[in-house]
Amino acid sequence: MISSSLIPCGQFKTSYAKDTTIFDTPVMRAWAVASVLFLIAAPSFLNNYHLSILIQIGFMGIAALGLNILVGYTGQISLGHAGFFGFGAFASAWLNNSFGVPVVLAMPLAAVMTTVLGLLFGIPAGRLKGLYLAIATFASQFILEDFFARADWFSGGSSGAAAAPVNLFGYELSGDTGFFYVVLFWVVVMFLIGSNLLRTRDGRAFIAVRDHYLSAEVMGINLTKYRILSFGLSSFYAGLGGALYGHYLGFVSAEGFTILMSIEFLGMIIIGGLGSVAGTLMGTTFMVLLPEVMEGGVSIAKSLIGGDVSWLNEGLAYIKQASIGLAIILFLIFEPDGLIHRWRLGRSYWKLYPFSY
Amino acid sequence: MSTTSPLLEVRDVSLGFGGVRALTEVNFHVNKGELFSIIGPNGAGKTSMLNCVSGRYKPTNGRVFFEGRDVTGMTPNQRATIGIGRTFQNLALFGHMSVLDNIMVGRHHLLKNNFLTGGLYWLGAQKEELAHRRKVEDIIDFLEIAHIRKATAGTLSYGLRKRVELARAMAVEPKIILLDEPMAGMNLEEKEDMARYIVDLNEEWGMTVVMIEHDMGVVMDISHRVIVLEFGRKIADGLPDDIMSNERVKVAYLGVDEDEENAAEAVA
Ligand SMILES: Nc1ncnc2c1ncn2[C@@H]1O[C@H](COP(=O)(O)OP(=O)(O)OP(=O)(O)O)[C@@H](O)[C@H]1O
Ligand SMILES: [Mg+2]
Repeated sequence: MISSSLIPCGQFKTSYAKDTTIFDTPVMRAWAVASVLFLIAAPSFLNNYHLSILIQIGFMGIAALGLNILVGYTGQISLGHAGFFGFGAFASAWLNNSFGVPVVLAMPLAAVMTTVLGLLFGIPAGRLKGLYLAIATFASQFILEDFFARADWFSGGSSGAAAAPVNLFGYELSGDTGFFYVVLFWVVVMFLIGSNLLRTRDGRAFIAVRDHYLSAEVMGINLTKYRILSFGLSSFYAGLGGALYGHYLGFVSAEGFTILMSIEFLGMIIIGGLGSVAGTLMGTTFMVLLPEVMEGGVSIAKSLIGGDVSWLNEGLAYIKQASIGLAIILFLIFEPDGLIHRWRLGRSYWKLYPFSY
Repeated sequence: MSTTSPLLEVRDVSLGFGGVRALTEVNFHVNKGELFSIIGPNGAGKTSMLNCVSGRYKPTNGRVFFEGRDVTGMTPNQRATIGIGRTFQNLALFGHMSVLDNIMVGRHHLLKNNFLTGGLYWLGAQKEELAHRRKVEDIIDFLEIAHIRKATAGTLSYGLRKRVELARAMAVEPKIILLDEPMAGMNLEEKEDMARYIVDLNEEWGMTVVMIEHDMGVVMDISHRVIVLEFGRKIADGLPDDIMSNERVKVAYLGVDEDEENAAEAVA
């Protein structure tokens, strides 16, 4: 997991308030603000393809942060995250279609519903550890998949559910540009909330439960409560991410939320860095871009090879899948602390340049 | 000592693990303000005794009273909130957290903020967190660990980790603090520092201390009262001087009669 001891030297804090900021240096904070400003301006110079990639990174990133709170910070494995992501997507569409709840409200409400579901699944799971927990969450994945396929009233069963576009003050935010801002809003809000959570009481309790549950208990932390709460919070993030996904695509289908997607979520946080908020975003970006890069690579290969390349076209789906699996394995072996660790090393190198040794 | 009821009372506590009897009908009490030590050979049941007080183990028989209240059925986290704090014999810090965060976890039951107010930091938890941060800084100053505040706990030396663990237990603001071998594995200088902290903790911070320690010099020097466990039974209870001159303790602790030992030395 991530240690936070790589803060560049030469940073002195003069008050406790300044010493407890989200970003460990003012430069970091400036970077974060600049990135958000850049993204606000982005639709004016990016095309729809690039926007759609950013939107994907946004809703997947929100869900991945939830998984990182559960797995990275609390130390509880979950193989069922896609189930909660799917539940959020269906729940938001259902609230809108069946009760006419406006989509902007339906999305956070769906996240609350997913939280309740996560707490319910968390009650037995909060008592399990390691392999047993992995299997229990694996089971929850299939229970939810099965529920999506059967519950016609909720999900539309095998025919799926339509999800209306976001409607704000009478304007329909249908295109990528409009939806981009909706996603950006939630990314900023959910990542700030996540970072704040992790520097206050309950967030520290999660990490304490992960690092040494016996001493956490002696510090007055109720283990069961925090194990279940972590499931609940991670489900909120999953549900919100899923709701955004559904309304972005305009259609939610029961086949989308498989165990493979759960593993992809795990891949994002492993590649980005378990127990790192910023790393979550890096890992998600990596995972979303990887298939695109593969596709680009394959089309270059096709033009180089020439002739009959139908076999390459057919293989593309497999190449995408395999590259994700391969990336996870390579990171686990060579960079188990994730991209964030690389980045921190690089930062302390430049901070000390040219006296880096 | 005053005649009011003791802060901690252990009554007829027995503890078994399958066939092993770790504790047999142990009785003792600790008064408010005391610096109390539990000694005994390896495997005597000292840690098991602390575990019964802190709630990690539930006695097979007997009861534990804290401030006159029966706490035998309470969980460890409930006991922390009513004022029982402890450190562990084997290092038990939150290894990936900073020293500061480790100590802040000690404030858990004193803090009111939750995931909602914590998530909305600036609108909620900030003021409270900073107020508690100030209290934590007092402890950091007292234990002289300001220079390692931001260090990751798992990267520290053994002696420093023991000190951080004490800081974390102090942050709980317990009425009684249970220290399981706070000086084990330390060099002489570190031991002297730790002994001084424990005495100050008791005298200046007014905390009642129960300490398990193998270093007889330190125990006899700083304790107000001492009990001795052997094979899970209490074999002595008294002032340090009484314990030092107790024949049964000498035999139990040294494994040989002192006269015999002297004789052996004389021959050699
Ligand atoms: N969880 C457990 N399961 C089985 N036996 C245990 C357990 N905990 C302690 N014991 C046994 O109880 C006895 C007392 O152990 P305890 O750890 O309390 O001794 P101690 O006095 O603290 O020893 P030391 O000085 O070595 O720390 C030992 O025989 C030990 O093996
Ligand atoms: Mg022991």
